Amino acid sequence: MISCGPSEKDFLMKVALTTEKEFRIPVSFEENHVDLNQFYNPGRRQYDANKLLSFIADCSRDELTKLVGLFRVDLFIPILTYIFGQAMLNGHSAVASVYRLRNELYGLKKDETLLLSRTTKEVIHELGHTFGLIHCHVPSCVMRSSTYVEDIDQKSHHLCTRCRASFEERR
Amino acid sequence: MAEKISILIVDDEESVRDSLYNWFIEDGYEVECAEHAKKALALLENRKFDIVLADIKMPGMDGMEMHKRIRALNKDTIVIIMTAFASVDTAVQALKDGAYDYVTKPFDPDDLSHLIRNAATQISLRSENEALKIKVTTLEDIDDLVGQSEAIRKVLKQVESVAQSNSSVIITGESGTGKELVARAIHSNSPRKFFPLISVHCGALTESLLESELFGHEKGAFTGATFNRKGRFEMADGGTIFLDEIATISPKMQIELLRVLETKSFVRVGGNKEITSDFRVICATNRDLKSMVKSGTFREDLFYRLNVVNITIPPLRERPDDIPLLVNHFIRKYCTSMSRDMITIEPGALKHLEKFEFPGNVRELENMIERAIVIGNGKEIRLKDLPMGKEAVSSSVESLDELEKRHIVQILNKYGWNVSRSAKALDVDRVTLYNKIKKYNLKQQE
Repeated sequence: MISCGPSEKDFLMKVALTTEKEFRIPVSFEENHVDLNQFYNPGRRQYDANKLLSFIADCSRDELTKLVGLFRVDLFIPILTYIFGQAMLNGHSAVASVYRLRNELYGLKKDETLLLSRTTKEVIHELGHTFGLIHCHVPSCVMRSSTYVEDIDQKSHHLCTRCRASFEERR
Repeated sequence: MAEKISILIVDDEESVRDSLYNWFIEDGYEVECAEHAKKALALLENRKFDIVLADIKMPGMDGMEMHKRIRALNKDTIVIIMTAFASVDTAVQALKDGAYDYVTKPFDPDDLSHLIRNAATQISLRSENEALKIKVTTLEDIDDLVGQSEAIRKVLKQVESVAQSNSSVIITGESGTGKELVARAIHSNSPRKFFPLISVHCGALTESLLESELFGHEKGAFTGATFNRKGRFEMADGGTIFLDEIATISPKMQIELLRVLETKSFVRVGGNKEITSDFRVICATNRDLKSMVKSGTFREDLFYRLNVVNITIPPLRERPDDIPLLVNHFIRKYCTSMSRDMITIEPGALKHLEKFEFPGNVRELENMIERAIVIGNGKEIRLKDLPMGKEAVSSSVESLDELEKRHIVQILNKYGWNVSRSAKALDVDRVTLYNKIKKYNLKQQE
């Protein structure tokens, strides 16, 4: 997990630990102090997730490691107004952002526990895509598609039985 | 459901194509991309896509023009137009041209998800609807015509070949052979199947009633005509009219019917407005129309107008091989409708049915089975549950020789074994009678 931007180690460690438990594979994190201005789109006042995904893919060291870039900026892709994260299906890299996961953005009280839960789910969800998992219709499955932050709160951080079996087959 | 939906993305911007491709792939859809309309149309000519997401502004052919061409290729493809330059006029035009929806780039992720989900629901409802229509028709056919004999297979083949045409059909056959079922099978296999099949029992109506029934009437046309009423020809518009017992209609009605068949237009009784109706005619009769034409009781021109195709249904006695199948079919039918456990038929009872003549044909057999299920023991149909009397049972197993022997003995006894008088009564010569007495070894009882 590559954290880009200021972050608390404790927060990153908790995300890594839960992700490790869910996939039963070792998860480590590191910080990267890349200048994000090169990914900024002034017209949209957002950061280009496609370019960030390419940047994370370029950080890859070997064929076996999956990389997730965790950002704190607002992500977009050309066709959509915003995204929470993006991944290369069956690939090695993914990106996610905590920007739209914060309660404060919606005029609500800061809630660090909720932010940790949402971030963990988003990281597990995008990593799931890199293992070839597609969106799931089971409401509690972490692979269920979420277009609003409330959708993320509705699901758990676990894979459903079918997605679990699919993951075990592909890993 | 998502796995089955295929999406084609048409946009000249690579980043848009890639973004949408990744988005839909993660949702489990089958996705392909094209950078211009020409490539998209080439792809659409080779395979079917459920949904096409097309940019409105593209070099060469634009999205609106491409949409028209997609509609010409496959009307079922759902086209969603997208553009970065929103304008109400183009949106309205796209929808008028039959586009499913119109979206402005960039979209809200939730809007896109909803749009595709709704389109997918529409696709699945449409295919479900088509499947149900086929199922309903198939069920009707399977249930209606039962039999594997050569004779019934020939009828089914005729039904199949005549169904697709618009030709008039005369179905002939004895009472109870299933003429109306054949008419229904023709209708339900024809392109008219989603329009009504209107049946008219010509034999049950008087001339004036039949006229009002077929052509309808205007309010006040006759005493009791308190409302305007559509006739059967009008009701059969787009579908089929089945005229049962056509041989019973009067000469006046024959002329009127001929005129309607030729012009497909008529006037309601008491009205003056000409009404046109697109219907197909199927008639049925248990009489020999040809001989009626010869004897002058049925119009020759009407006969030829109706008798484009003739289907003759054989009586049940000519296809005894179908009796076991029909028996099982009716057992299934009545046990189901009476909510009873399935029962069987005693081999002896079935053998007896196979030998029976059935003057009332399949209808008689059906009634017998229904009655036997009602009065039976609930486990199997026994010989005693069948309505034929004991005489029928005994006579049917008695050979001709036995009958002859019994009759000769009766006559000889009547005339005190006087051979001359007995031979005269039997209308044979004395030598023949002596030979019969010898053959059957007959002796006068003390």
